[in-house]
Amino acid sequence: MLSSTADHLYWMARSMERAENTARMLDVTYRLSLLKHASADPHHEWRAMLSISGLHEDFEARYPIPNAVNVMHFMTLDEKNPGSIYNSIFNARENARAVRGSITSEMWEALNITWLEMRKIYQEGIAEDGISRFFDWVKERSHLSRGITHGTLLRDDTFRFIRLGTFFERADNTARILDVKYHILLPSADDVGGAADYYQWGALLRSVSAFESYRKVYRDQITPKRVAELFVLRPDMARSLITCLNEVNRLLQEINGPRSAEVIRRCGQLHGSLRYGVIDDIFDHGLHEYLSEFLEQHYNLGDLINKTYFWSTDE
Amino acid sequence: MTNAYDEMYTANKSVRESYRSYAEWLQASPAEVIKRKREEADIAFHRVGITFAVYGEEAGKERLIPFDIIPRIIAAQEWQQMAAGLRQRVKALNAFLHDIYHGQEILKAGRIPAAKILGNSQYRHEMVGVDVPEQIYSHISGIDLVRAGQGEYYVLEDNLRTPSGVSYMLEDRKMMMRLFPDLFSRQAIAAVEHYPDLLLNNLRSVAPKSVLNPNVVVLTPGQFNSAYFEHAFLAQQMGIELVDGNDLFVRDETVYMRTTQGPLRVDVIYRRIDDDYLDPRAFRKDSMLGVPGLFSAYRAGNVTLANAVGTGIADDKAIYVHVPEMIRFYCGEEPILSNVPTWELSKPDDLKYVLEHLAELVVKEVHGSGGYGMLVGPTSSKAEVSAFRDKILATPENYIAQPTLSLSTCPTYVESGVAPRHIDLRPYVLSGKEISMVPGGLTRVALKEGSLVVNSSQGGGTKDTWVLEN
Repeated sequence: MLSSTADHLYWMARSMERAENTARMLDVTYRLSLLKHASADPHHEWRAMLSISGLHEDFEARYPIPNAVNVMHFMTLDEKNPGSIYNSIFNARENARAVRGSITSEMWEALNITWLEMRKIYQEGIAEDGISRFFDWVKERSHLSRGITHGTLLRDDTFRFIRLGTFFERADNTARILDVKYHILLPSADDVGGAADYYQWGALLRSVSAFESYRKVYRDQITPKRVAELFVLRPDMARSLITCLNEVNRLLQEINGPRSAEVIRRCGQLHGSLRYGVIDDIFDHGLHEYLSEFLEQHYNLGDLINKTYFWSTDE
Repeated sequence: MTNAYDEMYTANKSVRESYRSYAEWLQASPAEVIKRKREEADIAFHRVGITFAVYGEEAGKERLIPFDIIPRIIAAQEWQQMAAGLRQRVKALNAFLHDIYHGQEILKAGRIPAAKILGNSQYRHEMVGVDVPEQIYSHISGIDLVRAGQGEYYVLEDNLRTPSGVSYMLEDRKMMMRLFPDLFSRQAIAAVEHYPDLLLNNLRSVAPKSVLNPNVVVLTPGQFNSAYFEHAFLAQQMGIELVDGNDLFVRDETVYMRTTQGPLRVDVIYRRIDDDYLDPRAFRKDSMLGVPGLFSAYRAGNVTLANAVGTGIADDKAIYVHVPEMIRFYCGEEPILSNVPTWELSKPDDLKYVLEHLAELVVKEVHGSGGYGMLVGPTSSKAEVSAFRDKILATPENYIAQPTLSLSTCPTYVESGVAPRHIDLRPYVLSGKEISMVPGGLTRVALKEGSLVVNSSQGGGTKDTWVLEN
């Protein structure tokens, strides 16, 4: 496959997945912000979310305070923010347009319609009571794209690079969502218990559609360690790090080619640390430290995928 | 203009033989059914249009080309004659291109003035002595035909660089079959859907000699080009890669494309980029679209470009007048298809005549295309004619003139109902080891009443073109 085609397919999927995850992240932050708890900083959650997304500098340059209205706008409809849902959907659609010949027409039409609807929402704006509906819409459109991909596309490298983009992006997001809660909201991991805490964990689980999964898996009260285990190490959890890396690892092996050895080795390393990890070790090490290291290695793997498949210099 | 040849009706309003079956069907079809089908076509093309042409909020930037549901029908015999003429003409044009970049026999024989070729800006001196597979230069030729007078066909112009529009020919047929499947069971209409297969075979047949299983790609200027849809469409239909300049690179005079598995050799490039932009090292230095070193690989015979570099000299309007002579010279035959009588304004006598009759004539720039830079005398104002006269006087050699042909008309749906509109025809002739084509081509229609300009950039539409079998 052409490197440029693979690049577009990968970023088409990553962008759509990012739109969905941004919606999830905003949703959980919004829910958390509704739970009043004593904090010196009234915009604590929103500040946390910006810093974990790495977008706080851009935000601070253009918005006076990180309150709900501002951050919501910045992350949903702000066309100047490259990470906004608006731009993620735009990027997904533009990448799809560039490889329209490689994907099925159903896939293209779904993404194109998503973009046209996004334009309409952009022009009309989102009322405060419409924000949940908007998040639901983003998730639905993402589910639809993924479903059509799964239901219509030939299982060749086109399919693999799309799936690679999906799971690669998702792993990044799951790590960040967990980190928001852990690192910022609860600096001390021992500071648990109480009704407020229950709702906070509940909100976090719901943001990755894992509340019911948690109940099924543990059949017990919600504890930070188990939530972390679910997010990081449980292979039966749809959005956990290990589930994402299982997919990424398998896909990279299937894409296999004359130049894949180093990518496969590096991915295997990261995959192995999750596969054979135990939650107690991670907690001993410090969850935030663990997640930071994961994000760094994950980023480096992405960089290597980029250089190997998309931007190799052959001349 | 009123007494133009009509494709469907004779002068006394009886239906021509080729349209008999269709006319019966049309007569029997309730008006509301036709209306609904037209709406259906609009919706379908709009949906396809969202898919193909409309770019975000700048919906006006790329328009859909209007589609008319009344087909243009050509009788079998007529097509056979036309096809023979097209083969002959394209064969001669390719022989001419080979000759002027090699022995220049036609110039030595004095059949065409040498200065007119060698001094023409479209003549590529870089191509002198370069051998191309099968001695084919114009692999894809779009020959524009018009019907005038009592229905005789004339070649209006030859398009030998990167003729476009074939995707509309294919889409129009698909739409007609979807809307009116019953029409296709009523009578035998020659298929055109295999065009991509013919094109791919043709491109493979001109691969460099040593290559067993040639890798063919379509090279596009990119997604912002107005014909990008066609580039992507053809690549997809042929099942080959659509590349832009950044996907290719040249090493050791060999062209490669960048793939996820490493560099892969490219053997044939169906390029939809003009000569000037192909290779910044050989042609325009500021080109961002091309591939540095491509021309050196081409000269070395390691890659085939379709069409070849330098075909522009043969579709230049100043050279057009010599095509019948080329046919006589290279084929030893009389031309089957006629040229439109043409005055060359570089000749003083012709110039004098044309200036005296400007208001009756069509004047065209020799290097122009797409209906730009032309004067249609009878439909122009005095001021326009006078302004054009000044342009001609400044550089007469830049212009040719032709009588204003009364192009044939075909009934067409317009706002006021069904009315005759002028049409032309562009068949696509493929040349490789052999010459091949699908019956018919793209029919373009001037939707404005009385207009003779069918170009899509000037408000033209398209029709499905039927060649009847038997």
